[in-house]
Amino acid sequence: MTAELLLVSLKISTPELILAIGALALLMLGVFSGDRSSPLVTGLTIAVMTVALVWILFIAPEGEAYNGAFLMDGFARFMKATALFGSIVALLMTFAHAKADQIDKPEFPVLVLLATLGMMLLISANDLIALYLGLELMSLSLYVVAAFNRDNVRSTEAGLKYFVLGALSSGMLLYGMSLVYGFTGNTGFEQIAQVLSQETRSLGLVFGLVFVLAGLAFKISAVPFHMWTPDVYEGAPTPVTAFFAAGPKVAAMAILVRIVSDAFIPVVADWRQVVVFIAIASMLLGSFAAIGQKNIKRLMAYSSIGHMGYALVGLAAGSETGVSSIALYMLIYMVMTLGTFACIMSMRRTDGTAVEEVSDLAGLSSTRPFMAVVLTALMFSLAGIPPLAGFFAKYFVFLAAIEAKLYALAVIGVLSSVVGAYYYLRVVKLMWFDQPTGEFARTPGLLKLVFGFSGLFVTAYVLFGGPVGTAASAAAKSFF
Amino acid sequence: MTDWPILSTVTFLPLVGVVLLLLTGQEGANGRRNVLYISLATTVFTFIVSLFIWIGFDNSSASFQMVEKHEWLGTGISYHLGVDGISMLFVILTTFLMPFCVLASWEAIEKRIKEYMISFLLLQVAMTGVFVSLDIVLFYVFFEATLIPMFIIIGVWGGKDRVYASYKLFLYTLLGSVLMMLAIMAMYWNAGTTDIVELLKHGFPAGMQTWLFLACFAAFAVKMPMWPVHTWLPDAHVQAPTAGSVILAGVMLKLGGYGMIRILLQMFPLASDYFAPMVFALSVIAIIYTSLVAMMQDDIKKLIAYSSVAHMGYVTMGIFAANTQGVQGAVFQMLSHGIVSGALFLCVGVVYDRLHTREISAYGGLVNNMPKYAVAMMIFTMANVGLPGTSGFIGEFLTLIGVFRVNTWVALFAATGVILSAAYALWLYRRVIFGALEKENLKQMLDLSTREKILLYPLIALTIFFGFYPAPVFDVTAASIDALVNNYSAALQAAQKLALAVVH
Repeated sequence: MTAELLLVSLKISTPELILAIGALALLMLGVFSGDRSSPLVTGLTIAVMTVALVWILFIAPEGEAYNGAFLMDGFARFMKATALFGSIVALLMTFAHAKADQIDKPEFPVLVLLATLGMMLLISANDLIALYLGLELMSLSLYVVAAFNRDNVRSTEAGLKYFVLGALSSGMLLYGMSLVYGFTGNTGFEQIAQVLSQETRSLGLVFGLVFVLAGLAFKISAVPFHMWTPDVYEGAPTPVTAFFAAGPKVAAMAILVRIVSDAFIPVVADWRQVVVFIAIASMLLGSFAAIGQKNIKRLMAYSSIGHMGYALVGLAAGSETGVSSIALYMLIYMVMTLGTFACIMSMRRTDGTAVEEVSDLAGLSSTRPFMAVVLTALMFSLAGIPPLAGFFAKYFVFLAAIEAKLYALAVIGVLSSVVGAYYYLRVVKLMWFDQPTGEFARTPGLLKLVFGFSGLFVTAYVLFGGPVGTAASAAAKSFF
Repeated sequence: MTDWPILSTVTFLPLVGVVLLLLTGQEGANGRRNVLYISLATTVFTFIVSLFIWIGFDNSSASFQMVEKHEWLGTGISYHLGVDGISMLFVILTTFLMPFCVLASWEAIEKRIKEYMISFLLLQVAMTGVFVSLDIVLFYVFFEATLIPMFIIIGVWGGKDRVYASYKLFLYTLLGSVLMMLAIMAMYWNAGTTDIVELLKHGFPAGMQTWLFLACFAAFAVKMPMWPVHTWLPDAHVQAPTAGSVILAGVMLKLGGYGMIRILLQMFPLASDYFAPMVFALSVIAIIYTSLVAMMQDDIKKLIAYSSVAHMGYVTMGIFAANTQGVQGAVFQMLSHGIVSGALFLCVGVVYDRLHTREISAYGGLVNNMPKYAVAMMIFTMANVGLPGTSGFIGEFLTLIGVFRVNTWVALFAATGVILSAAYALWLYRRVIFGALEKENLKQMLDLSTREKILLYPLIALTIFFGFYPAPVFDVTAASIDALVNNYSAALQAAQKLALAVVH
């Protein structure tokens, strides 16, 4: 690699460099100044991420870097900005109850920063090796973060469960990648696509493809690789759960989109069946299994499984409309989830104990009217009822499915969304129709800000949905 | 004044009221009074503004008027509003009924009056939006958005089984409409637009029409509601507060009928023709079966709810007769039913506020101490039966003529419904109003208060006025409905010619 090429590569990957250097420097700061520096390090981490976000949005040039292993294009820009934004907000929310959640250590924001760096690399990966490196950087940081509250049995259990199952999925992914490499002779996405379009695909490649999809499906918690989600969501400290539900999902979905739309586009018929199956299974399980949940974090876990199913409907279409609908879906889903978790984090009794039962929300509309209105809007939005943002997310993924003539998938999808509406309605019912059982403590201003904005986003989406949709469809142009 | 976006103004004006309500407190008698007056002023003002739509409306034109069009969501979805002869009067009906809903809740709603009024105003926005949208996605957005406030209204301020009723309303209607959402997408990929004006001109392939028809029919049939998917309605009506019932019967049911005329009949003429016998069968079953069911009810509201299902049977029958009389009759019947059933629910509300029960057997002999109420109730009961001289007669008669021209048997069976409706309505009236005034608690009940007179008397006047002189309605609707019927038969003839050409 010549010096000029290196310079170009560095320019393209500047946001990642900012995050990497920032992580190293902040780690030093944290180590030398001890636990008291936690708020400072958290604040500086947010600042570093914000700089990277601004860089990605306005400065970073597009193109391939490091001999094609790293790719920055419109799609990467959109997804990176979304994931970074999610990490920033999730980290911001940890300020509210850091002490009570026992995450007030300087390592915590640094780990989040490293995980975010992993997401960025993952989204930009244009090569199987780069994909794996990004994925592992993200996952390893997440395992530690999940078990961060190490005095808590459930948190430790969550971390362990996540690690064991995550290691299994990494193994599957690696095995699949080795098969793909063995049968195509390449690791670069474009080269794989080239080889696949020239020769007839072999059975070995299909095996490899299925293993790769399985490994990635684990990360987005799609059925049948969803088992870890409810336990990890429930066990991890709530701010960590909020973080899990935002950025990592966006990054994993982005790389799934990229690998099938870039490397495996010539064998679309092979992966489409897999994606259709995963989508249907996720939508159905997400809808039915959530009905019986009593813990609101578990409820959100099943809800996220269902939502990943809906996003995959757009992927199954395998078209430009499909990809743009996924980009939009992930953005809207992320905002809704963060808002909901901000509400969940505000569920604290006046004596400071955090409560997590859905039934603890009873009568919220008379005790905390503002939070109740926002949470109601978020629940209806998650259920996909117009005129809220969640409806438009669903609308565009199903629009792509209908274009691809996947009628059965679309019908099953909308019907399961009706089943799903039931448990979201239950939350609304508790807040509005039932009598209050206890008072919540005063909501920290930061959380109020987060769920306030989230509520504003889902209700006012009808006003600014045009430009957002245009940005998403511009992002999808990178592929087709 | 001509450039003023009057439809947007009328649609979103209630939001101004919502903002004002958010800024006022509801504590104490003063706060409560403020909330009530703000709501009343908003709805009355919206009604007055909406009258300018009628004033500016050109009766001779069949095309859409007062059109507004702006880019909205990309991919062809635009913010496109407009009214024609079919939709214009429904807008007026909506804005007209809202002040009555506010007045009906004046004393009946004791808790959380502010949230209650906000829900109603939001509901008004959504309902008006359905009638004025000229983009099918916008239509769907408004159509579905009505569910959120209605769910809250029934669930928070409803009766004993309100939770069950609100869930049933929400999930039933959602299940029907999601299929329509898929149909809308299929229409977009076939026609390349979601604009209703363009879609009306676009002839969908015959094979596709069948599926699109069924998917949209599911949504409208549930909303209408048609037998056998009507079961959510009695539950919702019984549990809803009086004003909720008024709006449910008066306007929300009409969303289904309006959708059938606008989308099913005009966009899928071939499928409408093909499925007309099925619709006739369902309508006749609805008319006869639900009338019989109505006779056996012990609850006044449930009885009126079942009678609503029966009356909607005439509407669907008239729409799918697809001739001038049938469609005119259907539109008129919907408007008249909006007023009459709304008024009947208000009448129930009057006695419910006094006695807090809807059991028919708890009443009897009210004519002795509530003569004014008895007269009002009688007029609306007669209008519900379809007595000549009331608005109820015109709609029923026209739909029967319309369907008679298509199928005499259907007309014959449907006509028995008129007799059955007389049976249940008069029996209800006898049990509640006539007889001896024996029950102690009934004897203390006072006749209509000033507020209740303001509620009921204008509706009496309208019911009788339109019964004798329906021309104002027909003048508005005639041009649009003539164009509709002509297009419909032209589409059928074209398809027939094509079929003949293939045979030869």
